[in-house]
Amino acid sequence: MKPQDKQAYLEEYELLKKKGKPFFPYAVLKDSAMALIVVVVIIAMSVILGAEQGPKADPTSTTYVPRPEWYFFFLFEVLRVIKPPELVPIATIGIPTICMVLLLLLPFYDRGAERRPERRPIATTAGIFTIIAMGYLTFLGATSGSPTEIDMEVAPQYEAGKEVVAGAGCLACHKIGENGNHGPGPDLTHIASRVPRAAIIRSVEIGPGIMPSFRDLPQKKLDELSDFLSSLD
Amino acid sequence: MPKLRLPKIPDSVVPAPLRKPAKPGRGGLPKGQAPADLKTAPPERQTDVQRLGDKAKDAPADVLAWVDQRTGATGFLTGMLYRKVPKGTNWFYTLGSATLFAFIVQAVTGVFLAMFYTPSATQAYASISHINNEVPLGALVHGMHKWGSSVMVILIFLHMGRTFFFGAYKYPRELNWVIGVVLLILTMTMAFTGYLLPFDQRSFWASIVGININGTGPIVGPYLSDFLRAGPELGATTLSRFYAIHMLLVPGAIIALIGAHMYLVVKLGTTAPPWVRAEKPKVATPVAELDAGVEGNGAGPSNGASAT
Repeated sequence: MKPQDKQAYLEEYELLKKKGKPFFPYAVLKDSAMALIVVVVIIAMSVILGAEQGPKADPTSTTYVPRPEWYFFFLFEVLRVIKPPELVPIATIGIPTICMVLLLLLPFYDRGAERRPERRPIATTAGIFTIIAMGYLTFLGATSGSPTEIDMEVAPQYEAGKEVVAGAGCLACHKIGENGNHGPGPDLTHIASRVPRAAIIRSVEIGPGIMPSFRDLPQKKLDELSDFLSSLD
Repeated sequence: MPKLRLPKIPDSVVPAPLRKPAKPGRGGLPKGQAPADLKTAPPERQTDVQRLGDKAKDAPADVLAWVDQRTGATGFLTGMLYRKVPKGTNWFYTLGSATLFAFIVQAVTGVFLAMFYTPSATQAYASISHINNEVPLGALVHGMHKWGSSVMVILIFLHMGRTFFFGAYKYPRELNWVIGVVLLILTMTMAFTGYLLPFDQRSFWASIVGININGTGPIVGPYLSDFLRAGPELGATTLSRFYAIHMLLVPGAIIALIGAHMYLVVKLGTTAPPWVRAEKPKVATPVAELDAGVEGNGAGPSNGASAT
């Protein structure tokens, strides 16, 4: 913005202010009405939706699928879109950090004098695109199931392992055949053809990358789980 | 939308600090001139009770004057309350104060929850059950805190959207945009750390994944996740750490930055919608009338008439 643009803006603003109304009571009245709406909405949500407790946190239990609060869905979904393991840091930290820096520094690279959205096509388009992208990713996150059932035929000796995998919530991040979500974790449909049994066990126990560790599972369940997974070839 | 119009506020409604009432018996007449009734009937002597009553009447103004002499607060207050907001200010401009109000709801409900919550891995879950089932209105306050966070996040994004599309982050308000983005990040930090506190399965496993996500970051990532986890496994120390961040560190920073944000709002003023112009080009307003309207509430002509 050139110095004369700044001067013009300040003069225009001074005139607009002179033609305006005092903050009290006009703006205060609108703000109070809005505050009332906010508190009524919050109380209504509390009464209708409540704040029920889930089961108590238990490192050895496997019946829960990790799910963030809904307004973090869009971040979690970025992980599903960007799949290769070597790119995971870009999805987890890289993209959010870049977006935050771009957002923080916005006034320093968008320095034009124009303020009307219809005359700032690049900024307005970028803004609308960001809203659509975040909305779409949130929608994906909200509709992606957290299935705890696996619908597939397996040999009887792997039935127990299938139940452990389903109960441990592996499908929140992994796909097995037609079941489960496409990422952030790798597809497990043919895991045994790529990864030996020992490596599968190590992964389950360590929890590489963003995956939680399942080393607190009882040994029997761990064995059943590894039997089932190493049968998938 | 119909324009909001309010009748002119009578003086009696104006907050007391803004005008000190004239003391009885003072003012009104020039020095040395007796009021008319004094000539006919001498005034009754004030009784002690009356004098006390007068003093009591003046007390609020005197106290405020005392405070004002030492702080200059009334000047600031009048400046803040009666500053003009520019022409065209509409309901979109309530989103910022609505976000602030949502934060206040979070702060108040949070204080009440803290009175009953125990930040220990063994007792946290039971203390939340206690709040939900036994504390009077506990379930309501807990629900308000839980859903209030969603409302606050939505409002903060709407407020940011308004600022973005109206170009309100441009000169001279760049710094306030930066403060706002930091407030957004801090609000998300509150959401992340608060999620673990109920210590149920959902919060436990989601926090593990969240901490692991931080751990994949380049260079600082592993240190960050170690710091958050406060140990090899998510457990009691993690909970205390999240509790301290959620209760002390981030709220303190948020309150300080909201103060800075609002100081700049008052100092720089809120923007007008970008399509509003000070002069309407089609309606030709005579300059004299415009000036009169600006200067003296449209009373210009009548003043002129009485002077002649």
